Amino acid sequence: MVLNVNGVKHEVSLEPDVELLSVLRNELELTGSKYGCGEGACGACTVLINGTPSRSCITTVGSVAGKEITTIEGLEKNGTLHPVQAAFLETDPFQCSYCAPGMIMSAVALLKNNPAPTEDAIIKSMDGNICRCGTYLNIIKAIKLASKP
Amino acid sequence: MEHSNHPHSFEPMNDELTGEPATKTGLDRRKFFKLFGGGLAVAFVLQDMFSFAGEAAAPGTALVPTSQVGAWIHIGEDGTVSVFTGKVEVGQNIRTSLSQIVAEELRVPISSIKMVMGDTDLVPFDAGTFGSRSTPQMGGQLRKAAATARQAMIDMAAKNWGAEGKTLQALDGMVINRETNKKITYSELTKGQQLLLPISDQARVTPANEWKVAGKTVKKINGQSFITGKHQYVSDMKLPGMLYGKILRAPSYNAKLVSVDIAKAQAIPGVVIVHDGDFVGIAAPSVRTAARALQAINAKWQETTQQPSNANIFEHLVKTASASGGRNAGAPKGDLEEGLKSADFTHSKTYNINYIAHVPLEPRAALAQWEDGKLTVWAGTQRPFGVQEDLADEFKIPKEKVRVIMPDTGSGYGGKHTAEAALEAARLALQAKKPVKVVWTREEEFTWAYFRPGGVIEVSSGVKKDGTISGWKFLNYNSGGSAINTQYKIANHEIAFLPSNTPLKQGSYRGLAATANVFARESHITDLARLIKMDQLEFRLKNSDDARLTAVLETAAKAFGWKSLGRATGHGYGIACGLDKGGYVATCAEVMVNSHKEVKVIRVTQAFECGAIVNPLHLENQIMGSIVQGLGGALFEAIDFADGKIRNSSLSAYRVPRFSDIPKIDIVMMDRKDLPSAGAGEAAIIGIAPAIRNAILDATGKGLTTLPLIPNGVLT
Ligand code: FES
Ligand code: FES
Repeated sequence: MVLNVNGVKHEVSLEPDVELLSVLRNELELTGSKYGCGEGACGACTVLINGTPSRSCITTVGSVAGKEITTIEGLEKNGTLHPVQAAFLETDPFQCSYCAPGMIMSAVALLKNNPAPTEDAIIKSMDGNICRCGTYLNIIKAIKLASKP
Repeated sequence: MEHSNHPHSFEPMNDELTGEPATKTGLDRRKFFKLFGGGLAVAFVLQDMFSFAGEAAAPGTALVPTSQVGAWIHIGEDGTVSVFTGKVEVGQNIRTSLSQIVAEELRVPISSIKMVMGDTDLVPFDAGTFGSRSTPQMGGQLRKAAATARQAMIDMAAKNWGAEGKTLQALDGMVINRETNKKITYSELTKGQQLLLPISDQARVTPANEWKVAGKTVKKINGQSFITGKHQYVSDMKLPGMLYGKILRAPSYNAKLVSVDIAKAQAIPGVVIVHDGDFVGIAAPSVRTAARALQAINAKWQETTQQPSNANIFEHLVKTASASGGRNAGAPKGDLEEGLKSADFTHSKTYNINYIAHVPLEPRAALAQWEDGKLTVWAGTQRPFGVQEDLADEFKIPKEKVRVIMPDTGSGYGGKHTAEAALEAARLALQAKKPVKVVWTREEEFTWAYFRPGGVIEVSSGVKKDGTISGWKFLNYNSGGSAINTQYKIANHEIAFLPSNTPLKQGSYRGLAATANVFARESHITDLARLIKMDQLEFRLKNSDDARLTAVLETAAKAFGWKSLGRATGHGYGIACGLDKGGYVATCAEVMVNSHKEVKVIRVTQAFECGAIVNPLHLENQIMGSIVQGLGGALFEAIDFADGKIRNSSLSAYRVPRFSDIPKIDIVMMDRKDLPSAGAGEAAIIGIAPAIRNAILDATGKGLTTLPLIPNGVLT
């Protein structure tokens, strides 16, 4: 099976029902995607599958073989932060930052579909991502900073 | 070691404070410089602890009991400033704020500072990162240590140049002679030196109103590594040959393992099994194999039925309370009976506090490795030295043979004091003879960690028509003694805390019992104000004689517009205040209750004061985080349990606040440059629950008495 992660093709021999999160973290050593719940309830493991935000903890590798998988590690291009990352760096919203990769991936997906979301749209689309440190309002600020004016 | 079920177990802070320092071997300056290279080091010890007269001239061994050392700062020969502290970073951003403090005093750019935190081989003993003590204590020590180092630089330059110290000034990592404009860098000064100095009380620390680096917003110093996913939390770490650990868990609390068949699991290639009493653990080359091996184990357990559940927990806590032995809040004052008799109104209420979980987004994780009899464990813990001690005890080896390293971790909120995953990983690694990583699942974190205690608080009070509180009886069963003392002027009172027999493991939590005690007290205070038809703010101001408390109350009320509130249908307003661990807080809340009795928190205004502010943005984050976390405990968080089982041990079943739960939040931070900086991770959580409760009372006339207030979002 071939997994296309961040533009790199990985030939892996795995049972197709293994969760993508586990493969990313343990086989491919892409540990930016985090485990928080394992049931699609927290968003810490969010990656993009062909551009769509997906919870990698409940996504099997079999279902994404051959598709374009983007993780937090794939956002930076040639040492330059993705604009959404740059906005988060500038806003500095996080405390422990464990939720950060999932938040940023969800935000990237949101802004791609809706470059200038209203606050309500942000809340609606980010509601599946938990920040237990409670930095929500500052995360909203960062997303607004990354929005097209 | 463990936060087990025995009655006093939830006061880990006290145990931790009296814990013996990990090593008493002393700080040997030769070893020290071998480890860190030459240069100048300043350790936080009292002058007379050093017995090294003529230190600079005759380098020898200065033995300082390490128990007396709180932190040290080292200026290397290359000018790098390293700060060694046992405090750890769990998201409160002290890596940044402590750097700011040192940069300020030492007059160096913040980028030249390297913080070495939470590594028991490198840093001085520290009881742990909790109780909001990092900023007041560690911050204070580091300020003095850095000021001492700065003075030493000036003295060394003066000696070099034969100049007068007065004419010299430290600036930008250099000493400058203001008269001749001569300059010399710290690195030139420290080259070839091996100086170890005690902190001098003479060194002048920079007052907060002269701060240039501290007191300002500085971004998280290693922020980029987090937003790129590069930072390695313990759960992300991997060592060559590392195995993945899994533990066989009991089906319920207090279950005993009757029999276990591990043959099938053992037959799986690469699987290592440790079976020792009720402990059965697996190490395997992949997560999958470990999970498969766990499934292949056939275990029979004898369960204990008839354990308390939410249905009868409050009764149980009162029934099993020990009459004595609890931390009493001190001698009663005045004559309570007389006080109640002289009241125009008396009021009695019982408040119930449910158990809640910390839910750190990163569950417990540890990676253990044995090498030549020495154990190294990377663990996400707020108490690296406590974990070191637990491991040394468990394996009966000296503490020097145990190194605990704590990389910046996925939060704790008081929930990561214990060493469970570290012990498990170390046991498996010992047998497997390979490094083993154990990462708990969310379900394990919910079930096998510990909770904020549940409790029952009985309050009886009397009030006079003029607003005098004439009597106050406050009895707390099991939730703990933090902030139990009333902050109001009350002539007659009895206040006590009685530990009970808790059916669930309980331990520290952000603010400890302050969330419960302040909830009960501040709910009751608003009830009293209503009884005498006095405004709840005015009633508090009348009964407070603490200027800092009055100041936060007035500031919050003003920012909230308390004096000019309208009376829209269904809307209600509440206020609450308190102090804890050097932080003062007042919170105002507006709620709306619609015709379906659904409650919505519309807005929250919170004034907070904790002395001089070190980093405004990060302080605001901490206050915000406290309000949001407090909101969960106020509105809907509760552990659902019965017969030794947690019934909502997942994030889909246990609700924590999300984006859509967050009301409008206004934070007013009061900067008291004339007061020492206190921590902010805890006091900011205590006002939100009673403020919301009092607002619901204002809106509906219904005075709720249980936390969480509206688990289903609807008033019943
Ligand atoms: S870990 Fe995937 S959603 Fe929580
Ligand atoms: S910053 Fe800690 S979980 Fe979001």
